[in-house]
Amino acid sequence: MKSDTLVIAGGGPAGLTAAIYACRARIPTVLIEKVSPGGQVLITDRVDNYPGFPEGIAGYELVDRMLAQAKRFGLEQRNGEIISVQPPARSGEPVKISLADGETIEAGGLIIATGASHNHLGVPGETELAGRGVSYCATCDGPFFNDAHVAVVGGGDTAVQEAIFLTKFAKRVTLIHRRDQLRAIKLLQEEAFANPKIEFVWDTVVESINGTDKVESLSLLNKKTGEKSTISVDGVFIFVGIHPNTQFLKGTVEMNQWGFIKTDEEMRTSAPSIWAAGDCREKPLLQIVTAVADGAVAAHSAELSMGHG
Amino acid sequence: MADEKVIHVTDGDFETTVLNAELPVLVDFWAAWCGPCRAIAPMIDELASEYDGKVVIAKMNVDENSSTPGKFGIRAIPTLILFNKGNVVDQITGAVGKAMIETALAKVL
Repeated sequence: MKSDTLVIAGGGPAGLTAAIYACRARIPTVLIEKVSPGGQVLITDRVDNYPGFPEGIAGYELVDRMLAQAKRFGLEQRNGEIISVQPPARSGEPVKISLADGETIEAGGLIIATGASHNHLGVPGETELAGRGVSYCATCDGPFFNDAHVAVVGGGDTAVQEAIFLTKFAKRVTLIHRRDQLRAIKLLQEEAFANPKIEFVWDTVVESINGTDKVESLSLLNKKTGEKSTISVDGVFIFVGIHPNTQFLKGTVEMNQWGFIKTDEEMRTSAPSIWAAGDCREKPLLQIVTAVADGAVAAHSAELSMGHG
Repeated sequence: MADEKVIHVTDGDFETTVLNAELPVLVDFWAAWCGPCRAIAPMIDELASEYDGKVVIAKMNVDENSSTPGKFGIRAIPTLILFNKGNVVDQITGAVGKAMIETALAKVL
């Protein structure tokens, strides 16, 4: 690989948009993705806040379209997992990117768009019963719970939106939240409160997920009263926030306490020739629209810096 | 999918094609509405070519076939189950990287 190449790490909306802009600027661009392009959008049943799709659009369809668009302008893709990055010691030198398979790539610039992954609850039973009633993807697994009783854990946008989605299949959805009110946007709250299939359990955390071959019940603790209880469910969908996929950059670029990468307005990180875009970056609003905007800005900044501008 | 190496199995032929197969069989349980299933589909095709003659790579659409997924307790997709001589050797849930699937396949080679 020539060292005037721009490497984009991650194929979600931020990475794909950076690719569209970089390819159109005729920068040799390679997108490295661990599994395949998509990111968190892939598990979103419907995206209703991305402008230009008045009826909403399925997450996977939006990603398919972004990928097709990047390919149209000549995007090169490869599979790989980045395990470490070494920024140039002095200007004119390449960024060195080490992959899990032992290969090291030299690049003229690197845009980090590795996004974020969902958090686990970290309670007994969660790992053991994953895929057997414990789920992190309502659009994937919802249809297995026809006429069933499922719990949703969380109180943010994702938890509430997916609880509403699950009422298409489940006869009853119990939303369990550790606070006494939802954090989700008002529109979603209104929809959830108006839905007769959704009930709410407030101030409560899940202490364990129980069952032998499949999820059978949850042990709950009310944080306010200290009262413990058990609720029978057929499945539990967990949406308790995200963490940035930036562990491999620890010590390489500056991050905040949660591991989100700090950047300036041009998406430059603290290390030369390295930019960050999308959900892995510290910013006030993690959304598809802000991810694509980051991607464009990062590609433009890289273009200027790499001498293509 | 364009790759002819991947075979498609149903509730009807699961026993003959998978459980009674000579070779080990990796079954990808999937559905059209599942984003992560679509994400791993190209990789499944690749594996089918690369392991041709060594492991049979099969796909089962859970929308059209419910009894087999039910029998194996599948409540999440994508789920990959590796069978050898009718026995379950390994089971992987979620969209994972190729390396993890190859580690599983190594158990039957």
